[in-house]
Amino acid sequence: MAQLIKQGALAADTWTTLTLAEEARPESVALPAGDVIFPLAVWLARKNEIVSCHKRIGLLLQPDDKVEEIAADLEYFVVIAINFPKFVDGRGYSTAALLRQRYHYQGELRAVGDVLHDQLFFMKRVGFDSYALKDGKNAVYAIDQGFSPFSATYQGSTDQPEPHFRRRTA
Amino acid sequence: MYKYDAIDRQLILDRVEQFRDQVNRWQAGELTDDEFRPLRLQNGLYIQRHAPMFRIAVPYGMLNSAQLRKLAHVARQYDRGYGHFTTRHNLQLNWPKLTDVPDILAELAEVDLHAIQTSGNCIRNITTDQFAGVAADEIIDPRPLAEILRQWSTFHPEFAFLPRKFKFAISGTEEDRAVTWFHDIGLHLKVVDGVTGFTVIVGGGLGRTPIRGQVVREFLPWQHILSYCEAILRVYNRFGRRDNAYKARIKILVQALGVEEFAKLVEAEWAHAKDGPATITQAEYERVAAHFGAPTYETISTVDADYQAKIVEEKAFARWVERNTHAHKVDGYAAVTLSLKPHGVAPGDITSEQMEVVADLADRYSFGELRISHEQNVILADVKLADLYTVWQQAKAAGLATPNIGLLTSIICCPGGDFCDLANAKSIPIATAIQQRFDDLDYLFDIGEIDLNISGCMNACGHHHVGHIGVLGVDKNNDEFYQVTLGGRQGNDAKLGKVIGPSFSAGEMPDVVEKIIQVYLENRHPDERFIDTFDRIGIDPFKNRVYEGRAHGKAKAAQKEAA
Ligand code: HEM
Ligand code: SF4
Repeated sequence: MAQLIKQGALAADTWTTLTLAEEARPESVALPAGDVIFPLAVWLARKNEIVSCHKRIGLLLQPDDKVEEIAADLEYFVVIAINFPKFVDGRGYSTAALLRQRYHYQGELRAVGDVLHDQLFFMKRVGFDSYALKDGKNAVYAIDQGFSPFSATYQGSTDQPEPHFRRRTA
Repeated sequence: MYKYDAIDRQLILDRVEQFRDQVNRWQAGELTDDEFRPLRLQNGLYIQRHAPMFRIAVPYGMLNSAQLRKLAHVARQYDRGYGHFTTRHNLQLNWPKLTDVPDILAELAEVDLHAIQTSGNCIRNITTDQFAGVAADEIIDPRPLAEILRQWSTFHPEFAFLPRKFKFAISGTEEDRAVTWFHDIGLHLKVVDGVTGFTVIVGGGLGRTPIRGQVVREFLPWQHILSYCEAILRVYNRFGRRDNAYKARIKILVQALGVEEFAKLVEAEWAHAKDGPATITQAEYERVAAHFGAPTYETISTVDADYQAKIVEEKAFARWVERNTHAHKVDGYAAVTLSLKPHGVAPGDITSEQMEVVADLADRYSFGELRISHEQNVILADVKLADLYTVWQQAKAAGLATPNIGLLTSIICCPGGDFCDLANAKSIPIATAIQQRFDDLDYLFDIGEIDLNISGCMNACGHHHVGHIGVLGVDKNNDEFYQVTLGGRQGNDAKLGKVIGPSFSAGEMPDVVEKIIQVYLENRHPDERFIDTFDRIGIDPFKNRVYEGRAHGKAKAAQKEAA
């Protein structure tokens, strides 16, 4: 099990993620009850159904999923999880930046998958606010050190839209 | 040059501690090798054939004398007393111990040096013209904007894990000396209707798929360069290929979409960011530009008489002045190139003692600053003509005054098979053999300007594609062979060389180059450089001479015989 970090502490994960088995189709897969994170394909195929029977809805985005496709749906989601199948696949950073900066998504933005200590600083900057740290990694140390390796930042991003040069006093 | 403020310095110190911690976690088994690799690469640390190889950034090629002394110290203390200047303004150490690297970084940080993003799939060190700020043909000094781009790209959170490495080059002169047509992003500064801005070029690159970049925007006012680059990088980060490392550079994406379609995506992305907070303020430009103000030049109205006399008296000095000095925009000054291409030494190599000599020269004669060129030489940018003779003598005593800049033996060469795991063939011995063959200075001067570039494999670290003569190491049934291209060039008309024919064994290479030179000498018009003659007569006369009487498979046979 991944270890969920939220607001600087370990937190219980109340969500289940629907995974599509090899032969399952988004149109026909059984929709579980409770707080569920749905893959994009299932959301797109079953939106009305999901909305009618779920109060709290989560969405899972893969690296090649386009945020533009759900830009108009954001008000439905309590959590959006962005998957990093390998930590060197950096597409999720742009996905997160777009969700926060362009589409003004306000809900929980969660990094899942190959989430490691040394990505946390970058993830926080582009707008993630929860992190499913990979199983077996030292979560206490990550919470203590992983978010703040640098004491300042040059360029603007979600957490601080103004670049450093606009914040200079002298 | 740019002086770090408290924040700039703090970030470098933070980086040292971060890396120390990463090394500790790796040693403790908390980071696997696979997890550690990208982290160490982003600090310039490769694991190569003999040892880790460590690349230290020289942002846009500028160093001060204290920094160079520190590099000399680090090379001596942690390595074998020498370093290697690369084609991208970096200093590479070939033999440091991985566990020493945090300490090396801490020492470097004392003089504001670092290894941030000198490798890995991120935005790399930004390169420019080695004569920036002093060149007679300069339109705008590119260094303030290069520094602003450096800061923007440092630890950029969205672009730390790109599909592949990403290189910027920026040029502010009439004649492009920064190879801007062969970078992921190439920027040309210019002034249009009184407005300063850039022509933005994308998708150039050498490597195994050499492609000349294309213009994505003809003119972009300078204030917008960060937001525009952010748009380009975002399009690339989202849509660049990640399934195959050889197809992951932005050049492949630009080719696949076509530059018009690519430009549409970029413009659509940029429309959201234009005039946003990333827009550079006049105040910030002025703050940074103030660091690059002209040093306190003397007003010199007459040419120094001693200097003129020495030129007449000493041919060797006159030759060095002819080849190794460059026109300066201030009267009475010249930019001096100290050659790291003496015959018989790996091109770009420099010992700790030489670094210290250069640092002293810089302090005494060039305002304490120096630059590294992408041709792997060191430049003293602001030397008085009256001091040239002394500088020459001291440089000569240190083996730094080979008068071969721009000539055949001033070879650009990658580390090749002697050091590099990816090599098909050795490259340094080929450079050395050619330098030995053309050791006669009169002959070398007679041949005149010519670029000879050598890479040990198709990754093209030695820029072979843009050499007038390019040499590429290839592997044929586990033997080392060399493919020759002709007619490549950098500059405004940058283009790729054409392959002349089947490849050659190492032993054949000096003869092959000699034959190519002979064809040129026999055919040239007065005042025609090699490349001009080549353009006039085409590749065939060269081909015919080189392959005269040579059956297919001859290289192999020659190699066997020699063995
Ligand atoms: C021995 C260690 C080295 C290794 C393993 C290495 C590896 C590589 C690889 C794999 C590429 C191709 C990357 C790509 O196309 O995506 C490359 C490109 C390049 N390397 Fe190196 N390199 C080494 C040393 C150097 C040195 C010493 C220099 C400078 C003299 C250098 C300069 C370059 C340049 C300029 C390119 C860019 C070519 C382009 O535009 O694609 N490299 N290197
Ligand atoms: S060109 Fe090839 S052989 Fe030469 S340094 Fe680059 S990767 Fe190594």
